[in-house]
Amino acid sequence: MAALLVYSERVDTACELVAGGKELAAALGLGVSAVALGPGDGVAASELAAAGADTVYVSEDAAFEGWPADAVAAGLAQIVEQADASVVLVGSTRRGKETAPRLAQKLGAGCVSDVSSLVVEDGELVAGRYAFGGATVAREKLATAAKVFAVMPKAFSAEGASAGEGAVVNLQVDVQTSVRVVDRRAKEGDHVNLDAAPLIVGVGRGFNAREDLALGDDLAAALGAVIGCTKSLADFEWLGEDRIIGLSGAKTAPDLYLSVGVSGQIQHTVGVSAAKLIAAVNKDKEAPIFAMSDYGIVGDLYEVLPALTERLKNV
Amino acid sequence: MEDGDRVDIVVCVKTNPDLQMVRIKNREAVTEAVPYKIGDLEKNALEAAVVLRDAAGGKVTALCLAEGNRKAAEDVKVALAMGADEAVVIDDPELKAPDQAAVAAALAAAVKKIGACDLLLFGEGSTDNYTGQVGARVAELLGLPQIGYARKIEVTDGVVRCERSMDAMIETLEAPLPAVVTVVSEINEPRIPGLMQIMKAKNKPLQVWALADLGLEAPTPVREIVSNLAEEQDRKNILFEGAVAEQADAFVNALIKEGVLGR
Repeated sequence: MAALLVYSERVDTACELVAGGKELAAALGLGVSAVALGPGDGVAASELAAAGADTVYVSEDAAFEGWPADAVAAGLAQIVEQADASVVLVGSTRRGKETAPRLAQKLGAGCVSDVSSLVVEDGELVAGRYAFGGATVAREKLATAAKVFAVMPKAFSAEGASAGEGAVVNLQVDVQTSVRVVDRRAKEGDHVNLDAAPLIVGVGRGFNAREDLALGDDLAAALGAVIGCTKSLADFEWLGEDRIIGLSGAKTAPDLYLSVGVSGQIQHTVGVSAAKLIAAVNKDKEAPIFAMSDYGIVGDLYEVLPALTERLKNV
Repeated sequence: MEDGDRVDIVVCVKTNPDLQMVRIKNREAVTEAVPYKIGDLEKNALEAAVVLRDAAGGKVTALCLAEGNRKAAEDVKVALAMGADEAVVIDDPELKAPDQAAVAAALAAAVKKIGACDLLLFGEGSTDNYTGQVGARVAELLGLPQIGYARKIEVTDGVVRCERSMDAMIETLEAPLPAVVTVVSEINEPRIPGLMQIMKAKNKPLQVWALADLGLEAPTPVREIVSNLAEEQDRKNILFEGAVAEQADAFVNALIKEGVLGR
């Protein structure tokens, strides 16, 4: 049976894609296969098989170390042929986003990146992605025989994954890369993974000085939330770039997104529009963030935050 | 400076409708009469190219696909004012609203026609649609190594070395030239050209090529845009005003009722 093929260098994302891919594949009359690439990825392969992939192709070839785009695209193209895949879903992480178009080019395929929704309508896949800096959602279909979609993490839930016992196939692929990893080190300081956080406090330019962000930290601590920010605060180097939410950062889907001093420019809010609940603290009643919020407090954050933090301590 | 060190760089720049001026009407983006400008990340790429050239010698070419911007040949002069030595604009009625495969095919053909190219720079994504596809597609078409998301870039002895941030890791990667590199905004602060540079830019070489000049036929579309509309908001829009303590109380009570607290 022809297949829908799933790949991400991140196992959690790949499992989401298997779960979401199964529904799409059923509507298209395809099977679901998954790919795990990289030294030591036999472990990921068995997770993917357990998540419900019919077949998992695995290669531990050393060329996949660090997942260079040229080698991964070449490896995937060979597996696409072996698996007779007509649809490829790649996790739209930074690495996935540089690999998917290269794979598409190799396959002569159309590609949609940063896909936030993917559905089957009248027997065809329709992908949604933000356009015009996030102001609109473009819904796109691909006209080519092979189709590549780079799907954002969390676009599908892994909860629908069915316990499976798929076959794991070890593959020999012919790949090389001309990109050499000179150094790879963990970032200094704390690192956050915003796209997995259930509660997020987002801070923006309403803060007058870097040290004032302590007010946001106190609020986040009282809520049990992690701190994210608009791009401008990372540009000021007040916070690290892994805290950026929006078009150039994380696309989050928390239970609660509480913005503080964030005006609500679309380049930021596309990163939170999937939140179950959006709340905002802003002194400007006309700020666009209130139009997309469930709950809003109109007021000076320097007064509101200490009061909120205090109130939360008594919950 | 030794001639062997010179780096010829092509920077692919896209002009986008100025997003600050795009309005939404009946859920549709209104772009008529909105001016175009070179994207922010492309300006980062231009800045990186000019700095590399000034250090090593060589030539910087700004390559721009008009994509329906009738004033592209005018708008690209900003790249010349920023320090590019020459500009090439690809303008063809068949490329008014091209998909990424068509863009990549045209750019790759133009890079071949330009000839000398050790380094091909792109922004990580375009300001408007941010697909991030074109750099990777061009790299594949030209059979070149690619390094994405560079926030530092150096060229020595025929090798490009880049630093980039990937999730929890900082990576330093090297690739032999010629290579494709895409940059992020952290790489630099693009210069703002002064009046002298803007005047000088008027005399720099600028060519306009059509598809036929590149030996290409009209592209076959690989995608169809079904719709492109603003999302409908479905939020409660409840605002708390008044005394701070009361606001805090009402707000926290609402969060408790929603079930997002105290788990």
